[in-house]
Amino acid sequence: MNQRQLMLGNEAIARGLAENGCAVATSYPGTPASEILSSVAALQKEHNMPMHVQWAVNEKIAFEIAYAAAISGLRACVSMKQVGLNVASDPLMSAAYMGTKGGFIVISADDPGPHSSQTEQDSRMMAMTAKIPVLDPDSPQQAKEMIGIACALSETFEIPVMLRPTTRVCHSRQDIETCQIRPNDRKADFQKNPARWAATPKFRYQLHSELDEKLAAIAGYEKTAPFRVNPEADADRAIVVSGVAAAHAREILKDMNLMWNHIPLYQVIQPFPLHAGFVTHLLNTYREILVIEETMPVIEMQIADRSKVRGRMSGAVPGVGELSPEIIEDMIRTFTGLPSVLSEPPAVGGRRPTLCAGCPHRASFFAIKKAAPKGIYTSDIGCYTLGLNLGAVDTVLCMGAAISQAAGFYHAYKNEEKKPDIVATMGDSTFFHAGIPALVDAVVQKVRFVLVILDNRTTAMTGGQPTPATGCGALGEELNTVDMEALVKGCGISFCKTGNPYQFTEFAALMKEAVKYARETGPAVVISRYPCLLDRSRKAEQAKKIQVMINENCDGCGYCIQHFECPALVPVEKEERTRIDSMLCTGCGVCIHVCPKHAIEEKN
Amino acid sequence: MNQPVNQQIVISGVGGQGVLFITRILAEAAIRKNLKVFTSETHGMAQRGGTVLSHLKVGEFDSPLIRMGQADGLLALKAENVRQHSYFLKSKAWTVANRTARESAENLFSVDADGLAEKSGNPKSANLILLGFALKKIPNLFCTFDDVKDVIAEKFQGNGKMLEIMQLSVNRD
Repeated sequence: MNQRQLMLGNEAIARGLAENGCAVATSYPGTPASEILSSVAALQKEHNMPMHVQWAVNEKIAFEIAYAAAISGLRACVSMKQVGLNVASDPLMSAAYMGTKGGFIVISADDPGPHSSQTEQDSRMMAMTAKIPVLDPDSPQQAKEMIGIACALSETFEIPVMLRPTTRVCHSRQDIETCQIRPNDRKADFQKNPARWAATPKFRYQLHSELDEKLAAIAGYEKTAPFRVNPEADADRAIVVSGVAAAHAREILKDMNLMWNHIPLYQVIQPFPLHAGFVTHLLNTYREILVIEETMPVIEMQIADRSKVRGRMSGAVPGVGELSPEIIEDMIRTFTGLPSVLSEPPAVGGRRPTLCAGCPHRASFFAIKKAAPKGIYTSDIGCYTLGLNLGAVDTVLCMGAAISQAAGFYHAYKNEEKKPDIVATMGDSTFFHAGIPALVDAVVQKVRFVLVILDNRTTAMTGGQPTPATGCGALGEELNTVDMEALVKGCGISFCKTGNPYQFTEFAALMKEAVKYARETGPAVVISRYPCLLDRSRKAEQAKKIQVMINENCDGCGYCIQHFECPALVPVEKEERTRIDSMLCTGCGVCIHVCPKHAIEEKN
Repeated sequence: MNQPVNQQIVISGVGGQGVLFITRILAEAAIRKNLKVFTSETHGMAQRGGTVLSHLKVGEFDSPLIRMGQADGLLALKAENVRQHSYFLKSKAWTVANRTARESAENLFSVDADGLAEKSGNPKSANLILLGFALKKIPNLFCTFDDVKDVIAEKFQGNGKMLEIMQLSVNRD
């Protein structure tokens, strides 16, 4: 029975996987891709499908697990955000050469804007570098349909296929037509072939030639060919669109009334390899071609005649940022000779993101600043990046870099007389993901720094996915756990102590001890352990609430707001007393230790 | 044949207020009425206490986003969002806002949803109170109070408490 259901783009992608017999789905969480795997897990449970669904420790490992299933003949999918694909790029490049047996889909979600990412990179460029085809959906509905297309494409040519949704596809909801769930009915059957699956350089050359032949054939594959959106329109110029920009452009052209019939519009669903016949058709038919795509000129570069093509490379499309519908409307107007109507939204500042009221990270950061007030603070990717607001984060590069950058600063200051204290902060999930090799390196190199592992027992920023220390999987099933203290010690760390940041006095003393140890002896690790307040499964582990009040010592100096920045502390005019927002306050009681005038106290 | 329903509504607030929740209720109501629907949401880091904005488009649309000057209405869960997001509105559009005596705008309806929520003993339910208020105040909305009631009964296990809260602002009149 087919029926329409409201689905998030990521849920629609998951539904597509369940309707196409996917047997193995793996991922590491990252906005905007996270809900893909959790939705697959929900469907697996609901329909009791024979499927392996897992959160892996990082994207490289997620990729390799799914890939092995695919070369055993099963349909498999690995999903991640675009910067996660950087981590998985090593297996990606090789898997392209070796190819696959079962349909293998690599989903890499891009974030033009960026809304919640370090970069605006275009995963389609990675597909181009790896030489695999990539599909670019314009909506949740199309993303779901593309799963079936990708499986067929992958199995026809024995090649990994990338699906590249963007934030606006992942995080839109749409009424989606559902089809029958189709559980996997294949048996794993790995056929040994060392010349392929363990190819040495000589055979890699051969595989590379075969890959190029596959790509040439895919550039003529009918099911992924570009299509004409408005066949009636006729002109000597045309617009080529892809991804969510196609959805915006269709709506804008319809709104512009006459334009719908006056400017030929083509939608590309497979930006790489661009269909060879399509390129020839465009160049033979039109005098001028405007290409609108996110975020890099992938289609544009493949239309070789620069004199006819308008896009990012010609300056017709802005080089950075998301292509909002307003920008697209303006580009279409300019391209068709109409006056510009683009106006900037008024600059009324919204609220900046901040750590939640009562977040244990805030207490950790405050203790770090007390223990090493003039230190260099390297940090990492997670909610705790927002320690920026507290002045407790100086660097954020990429997953795991807090430790290696701390080491780098230590070596950089080697010949200086005054050496700064260096404190690195990293979440538990990030530590498992990319921190361990960096910590081993720091131990070997005798780096004097403190690593504070902000262990809130979950992957908080992306919605609370389990970590290797959680003891359960994507389906809630019981799994093994890894002992973090033993792991840290196993890396060669002698000073490894665990504290509770809510017990602030003791925790601040522990931080001072660690900073002193690092100054005099060598690397120290503090595990700051308290469950994320948003983690409903750990409510029982939370401390008893402490009711706080502001007493007459408060002169509204704003110290607490500037240095502790808890949303429950409400700023006031000077000389008035700071207020506590009882709706937001979680009763952690840490602010009692923050006010230098002892104006915050426990209510009796 | 009825006139096609095409409505674009911006819903805004800050992280934790339940902007996405009421967007979802309205989107489910659209599906129940056999209308096509798109919503667009804020997730991830931006959501942590920052401004949260969602777009709801009911009817024949291709794009999930509302362009500036195209929205039929704005549902503002924070008073400050009225000024911040009114640029989405077309002329004669409506605004429903959470306690905003100081703001002035055309077709502005406001109610102290935070105050009512706190009084009701469910301080985090201002979103539902404002939704109930909007459903009663705005004429020609694509769905009615009863449509939303059905959605809540079906999708959220007929939570009577939620319906009671949605009525709060209405009973006051």
